[in-house]
Amino acid sequence: MLKFRIERAPSPVWMRPLLPLLAVLITFVITSVFILLAKANPLTAYYYYLTSPFTNRVSMIEILVKATPLILTGASVTIAFASGYWNIGAEGQLYAGALAAAWIGTEVGGWHPLLAILAMLLGGFLAGMIWASIPALLKVKLAVDEVVTTLLLNSVIVFIISALLNGPWRDPVSGWPQSPTIADSAVFPKLIPRSRLHLGFVVAVMMVLLIWFILSKTPLGLRMRASGLGQEAARFMGVNIQRTMLIAALLSGGIAGLAGVGEVAGIHFHLIDALSNGLGYTGIIAATLGGLNPFGAGLAAIFLGLLDTGAQSVSRSLGVPIFLGNVVQSTLLLVTLGVFMLQNYRIRRV
Amino acid sequence: MFAVEMRGIVKRFGDLVANDHINFELKQGEVHALLGENGAGKTTLMCILYGLYHADEGSIYVNGQKVTITSPRDAISLGIGMVSQHFTLVPPLTVAENVVLGYNPGVRLNPHEIRRRVAEAAERFGIEVKPDALVRHLSVGERQRIEILKALYRNARVLIMDEPTAVLVPQEVDILFETLLRLQREGLSVVFISHKLNEVMTICDRITVLRNGQNVGTVFKQDVNQRKLAQMMVGRETFGVTRQGERNRGEPVLRIENLSAVDNKGLPALKSVSLEVASGEILGIAGVSGNGQSELTHVLSGTMKPTSGKIFVDGQDITGADPATITCAGVGRIPEDRHGGVVGELTVAENMTLETLDEYTRNGMLDRKRMLEYASELIEEFQIKARPTDRARTLSGGNMQKLILARTLARQPKVVLASQPTRGLDVGATEYVRKKLLEQRERGAAVLLISEDLDEIMALSDRIAVIYEGKIVGVLDAHEATPEKLGLLMTGAQEVVSHA
Amino acid sequence: MDFNFFIGLIAATFRVATPLIYGTLGELFCERAGILNLGIEGTMFIGSFVGFAVADATGSLWLGVLAAVVSGMVGGLIMSLFAVRLGVNQHVSGLGTTLLLTGLSLFLFRVVYGIQRIQPAIKPFQLLSPFGELPVLGPIFQQYALTYIAILLIPLAWWVLYRTNFGLSIRSVGENPEAADAAGINVYRVRTIALMIGGGLMAVGGAFLSIGQLGSFTFGIIAGRGWVCIALIIFANWMPARVLWGALLFGLIEALQLRLQTTGLKLPYEAFLALPYIVTVAALAIAGRNATGPAAVLKPYKRE
Repeated sequence: MLKFRIERAPSPVWMRPLLPLLAVLITFVITSVFILLAKANPLTAYYYYLTSPFTNRVSMIEILVKATPLILTGASVTIAFASGYWNIGAEGQLYAGALAAAWIGTEVGGWHPLLAILAMLLGGFLAGMIWASIPALLKVKLAVDEVVTTLLLNSVIVFIISALLNGPWRDPVSGWPQSPTIADSAVFPKLIPRSRLHLGFVVAVMMVLLIWFILSKTPLGLRMRASGLGQEAARFMGVNIQRTMLIAALLSGGIAGLAGVGEVAGIHFHLIDALSNGLGYTGIIAATLGGLNPFGAGLAAIFLGLLDTGAQSVSRSLGVPIFLGNVVQSTLLLVTLGVFMLQNYRIRRV
Repeated sequence: MFAVEMRGIVKRFGDLVANDHINFELKQGEVHALLGENGAGKTTLMCILYGLYHADEGSIYVNGQKVTITSPRDAISLGIGMVSQHFTLVPPLTVAENVVLGYNPGVRLNPHEIRRRVAEAAERFGIEVKPDALVRHLSVGERQRIEILKALYRNARVLIMDEPTAVLVPQEVDILFETLLRLQREGLSVVFISHKLNEVMTICDRITVLRNGQNVGTVFKQDVNQRKLAQMMVGRETFGVTRQGERNRGEPVLRIENLSAVDNKGLPALKSVSLEVASGEILGIAGVSGNGQSELTHVLSGTMKPTSGKIFVDGQDITGADPATITCAGVGRIPEDRHGGVVGELTVAENMTLETLDEYTRNGMLDRKRMLEYASELIEEFQIKARPTDRARTLSGGNMQKLILARTLARQPKVVLASQPTRGLDVGATEYVRKKLLEQRERGAAVLLISEDLDEIMALSDRIAVIYEGKIVGVLDAHEATPEKLGLLMTGAQEVVSHA
Repeated sequence: MDFNFFIGLIAATFRVATPLIYGTLGELFCERAGILNLGIEGTMFIGSFVGFAVADATGSLWLGVLAAVVSGMVGGLIMSLFAVRLGVNQHVSGLGTTLLLTGLSLFLFRVVYGIQRIQPAIKPFQLLSPFGELPVLGPIFQQYALTYIAILLIPLAWWVLYRTNFGLSIRSVGENPEAADAAGINVYRVRTIALMIGGGLMAVGGAFLSIGQLGSFTFGIIAGRGWVCIALIIFANWMPARVLWGALLFGLIEALQLRLQTTGLKLPYEAFLALPYIVTVAALAIAGRNATGPAAVLKPYKRE
């Protein structure tokens, strides 16, 4: 009988490019089980997922609409993780940005739209940055682990918003827990008339470019990458790890804040507490799938937007619950992580 | 019939052959020393016996029977116990809990029951312990006794002790030896891994010397003396690259005054070390690994803060400074572990310029062109087999070390701190590195060379200081240093009045 | 606010604390073994759904609880596969597990029940009065069976951790896996079992909410309690007895805010909801470097 031993050694090079393919294949097989449970044909379902959004103009645009906040949260998480800072708080930072946008949006009534929108973006970025600074400072000054603190603060800001929406910010007209509608001057213009695609998409693309620029073209970016890829060696080579992580954390928070601004100024036009159903966490999926590369995260975000849009048509046409999208996304994440780890193993005949 | 016999053991870690066809026999009831410098392969060999490592080739016999040992569980069931250098105790647990860990029958863990059993065993074997004490409160000597009791509790007939006296004070060493001799009389066989000659001569019956992964000989205690053992341990070959001629020593450039530091466990690692290195000389620090060299390197590199003392470079106080400041002060640092000095996923060019990134920044942006140019220059000058855009982790050990040398030496540093610069390198790369260090000496730099390789120290140094247990126990001029003298100093056999 | 108010408050505290006790005890086993299990939110979610669905299908509430335990153990196995076997970063494994189990619960709920106008509901557990009708303090002892079990689990958990060999193995694996390995303990196996025990407990916490109290499964049923448990563990300094006090404290705060709503207090009730989180962040800040749990948490273990 052949005996195999799995040993820790880098896997053969020819395996590397096959790994993402393997991840997708395995995900397909696993999620097929669930599709079958929903009494649908997996192949048909995947057809709807991956191709039907391209069959009409509205859904193609919807892919980008859904992708917009994910590109931003993906970029946010990318720069944090790339620097070795585990920011799980993109969700909360997004809400902070949304909060700022909702407030500023009602104050800029008579302003020129350019100024109004600039104010929204700036305010949202700052709000996200401030919210991110709390766990970042705790980490840098007091060595408190940032995973738990960023996670906990996600819940806190949702409570703050809920209190505001049920209290002083309750819409006086409708009585619903939603903030007053923002002024017209603060609304993000549409990129394509009569569609849902708004300025946020442009902001998202700009942020991806910004992150790419910082990481690959600036000394700060190189220090960030060094910090994330080899903290000990980076420290040996004179990189100030704490300062680098702090900057990464603040940038990360600001960009996530912009995602919140986009949702308020481009989609909902006021603040509601169901603004994000995990956009921050999905950003982590995008960043991980994108290999911590800003363009990768952007592409992954668009792919996730495709899955989201496709999930809608799968749901409509096949009667498969829309939540299949969540299952597919998270399975893909786990499988990809697992497959990446296989890079470290080799099977040897004993 | 031997208690334990290991035949033809081969163990490789990547390209490095840690055990090279080693044969080893342990007689029943003997205390057998496994002697050698660090990296000789002693711990590896015993880890294989204890099931923590798997040998690539070779076989093991216990009491004449061939056995397969795949995990510590197997070793324990064969009556083999190991007390390792890094204690495998769980600090928040009590002594009794640690002793019975993994070896208590049944489901229940009754504290009274185990306290009784452990106290019984302690008495039976004559080892003093406090069963209810928490391990984290115990001294090093006490922890070691628990480790020994752990092994005996599991009915070990063979006890492996890895550098047991490394962390003990003399009184505790006496207690340990008493215990071991008593146990030996009861039929226990002991493998005593050590680099300390005087202890080995005191307690052991036979001695096997390992060097560079090979068994260079097994002798009876009465047939040798410390001098001969030192010779066997350190060998006589020298590499081709040696220091030529005397140099007139210049002014001291690097001054270390009463430097003290603790290791990562909080124990004292450097005890008031004072050294001076003049321009145009190489001061070699010889010593067996684990006597404070790591801590000295870290403190001088800026990655660890000393607890007291001062460091001056050309009169500038750099005590406790961060790495960037130290580099600016003119200190070129070659780290102990290449991988702690190079970010594997970054490119060669990036690794070469990260330390001095400001010089490659224009208008806030990285001047990648200049970075690549600089890297190409260094690659050519230092003959590094790599392209500037290659990821550093794809480089061989030798080329990675050349990368570090290049970026460090190209800046014409006043002081060169070279820590284990040829560890793990092949002959060609080793020669290259040594050549470069001598060049720096010619240039007038002050070179501090810390190395476990005594041949290297002797070949390159103008003066040699020996570090033992965190203290400088002797400083000799090159022409009066012999392997025997150094060996004796390195192993704590004697202290020499220092020649400053 | 009279005496009855306080009696009612204490009684409610125990009820509200119940899912926190289960969740935190579950996380305790995981972290004592060295694994930070961020999959807790998702595990409670799937426990909640499976408990409800099985109870609905079989008509037996206890079968629902049992099924929830099994689903939680599966959740633990998933974490084990990634964080223990493959050595994937524990943060991302945990979050991925939560996202997967949450998504799966929502998906399966729709598959089984479709979209209905009226929320499917069952008759949940009833309050028990094991000590009969006590005067004065009566309401405090009228609790669900699962609440009583939760309270009994605390000394049981303590016993397992400190008075069994398995518990000793868990503790050593979480503090110093090298030592445990050298002592002959199978580190992977112990961690996997700890994750399964933890997962089972967490799932019961979720099931309590759906079939113990509410009688139905809603999407917001867990509402971040999993994360509160992560905070509670630190608060409880990784000790079973303290878990009870911490859970009761947090439960008290939530029960209080439910009651204060009716008294027209000026403070928004969200302040109370946020209080546990803020307190934990503050506690972490104060403890700083010293807020360390089991020494080996977050470090994957591999033998050469």
